[in-house]
Amino acid sequence: MRSTLTIFRKEMLGYFNSAIAYIFFTLFLILLSFLFFRVYFLQGIVSMNDFFGVMPWVFLIFVPAVTMKSWAEERKSGTMEVLLTMPALDTELVIGKFLAGAAFVGIAILLTLIVPLLVAVTGPLDWGTVVASYLGALLLAAAYVAIGNFVSSLTANQITAFLFTAVILFLLLIIGTEPVYSVFPNLIAEVVRNFSLNYHFQSIGRGVLDSRDLLFYFSLIGLFVYYNVKSLEARNW
Amino acid sequence: MTELITVTGVSKSYDRIRAVADASFTLRKGEILGFLGPNGAGKTTAMKMIIGYMPADTGDIRVHGRNIVDDPIAARNAIGYLPENNPLYTDMTVEEYLTFVAQMRGVADPDAAKKRAMERCAIVDVRHRIIGHLSKGYRQRVGLAQAIIHDPEILILDEPANGLDPIQITEIRGLIRDLGREKSVILCSHILSEVEAVASRVIIINQGKIVADDTLENLKERSSGHNIFRIEFLTAKDERTVADALAKIPGVAAVSRVANDTFRVKTKGERETGNQIFRAAVAENWDLAQIHLESRSLENTFLSLIEGGNG
Repeated sequence: MRSTLTIFRKEMLGYFNSAIAYIFFTLFLILLSFLFFRVYFLQGIVSMNDFFGVMPWVFLIFVPAVTMKSWAEERKSGTMEVLLTMPALDTELVIGKFLAGAAFVGIAILLTLIVPLLVAVTGPLDWGTVVASYLGALLLAAAYVAIGNFVSSLTANQITAFLFTAVILFLLLIIGTEPVYSVFPNLIAEVVRNFSLNYHFQSIGRGVLDSRDLLFYFSLIGLFVYYNVKSLEARNW
Repeated sequence: MTELITVTGVSKSYDRIRAVADASFTLRKGEILGFLGPNGAGKTTAMKMIIGYMPADTGDIRVHGRNIVDDPIAARNAIGYLPENNPLYTDMTVEEYLTFVAQMRGVADPDAAKKRAMERCAIVDVRHRIIGHLSKGYRQRVGLAQAIIHDPEILILDEPANGLDPIQITEIRGLIRDLGREKSVILCSHILSEVEAVASRVIIINQGKIVADDTLENLKERSSGHNIFRIEFLTAKDERTVADALAKIPGVAAVSRVANDTFRVKTKGERETGNQIFRAAVAENWDLAQIHLESRSLENTFLSLIEGGNG
């Protein structure tokens, strides 16, 4: 517990020690707002659906950029050896790094709350679905971080970690899009779709909190945190 | 003497390569143990197993009599570890880094521990600087401060003087010798003189096997080889006169003339014999220009032990 908190603080310090955090937040906010407002005023409907529709695809680039460093850098610089020989369990360290990454991306997401506030000025906004979608977005991003950190633990090369994470996330996203899942027979298509990262996000976004959706993200996070621990245990032997 | 670390029959292979083969040794309380061997001999692998970074394939490692597999946290608390190449978080300041380590270690009073470690390693004046901007000598001291922050009973230092300049090496040696007064140390190195400067006992490892485990004195005595002094005079000397005069000194085995004014003296002893050669030269009123130890038996023993393993 103490180690988890310590590594969490260290990671956060790492993010905010340089200007990169602020550049990241700014770019993320500008890109999302641009993609959304570009079409918003043409539609004439007070809805955030397009905003949350584009979010998973924007994460596809931004989250791997956050997670690529987490373990790959430690491995490359050799600090992994200092870290893993501290009196702490590997699990505590993995959870600490996961929470730090999730918190960092979470801050970026919460900063976009300016967008629904602006939209609410233009007309009556259904805040229920907006709040639900934000909750979904946090869970979605946390799942991305868990996957990204795991991939980062497999390599000493940050670029490899970035690309590999982006590819995995991309695959997990497109199996939820119609052109992809519809190639499968009906029954299998439904199963494939269910495993998509996006499917449960959209489901939460409708404003109905279904335990299945929450369970999906929690199990996904748990699974990749577990894989991450296992990959550390398998270090050099 | 109390045994702090006991390694029994430990082996470790990577793929097909045997990094450590059936190694057994102990670290006793109060000693500085030199772990000597050429690069790739298995020193680092052995240390990584003791600290619990990687498990041994076979064998048993105990710290304070407790198996490190059963109680890895206790072992890590008892040991301070400076890994090979001294990895550091280069974008942190010295103080941020030591704070992180102290918290990670769960030190009771992190601020006091940090202060003590920084004073000990003389890095108080660079505490606010980014580690990446420090010289190698300072970085090495930051690494040492990291290793002693929880005031461990045992220190494991893997090639602590690697890549330092001669002045920095002297400083680090002094620091290690100081720390060795209150802690038990395993010092890994591939350089004989480095181990010799601080260690009380030496283990020589080659190709994963321990080929010698003894005190420096015993290793010196055990060696069958000779030390060779090179003596130069200002003017030419007669071979007979010089040989006869030096033959009186106990420990001198043979004298030979290399050039008119240069002689080679084979001896058993080292510094003591050198001093006697010097005094003999004074007594004979020779115009001695210089005298130096050209080749040392300990070095030869080290080399022969290593080459023996390679053969």
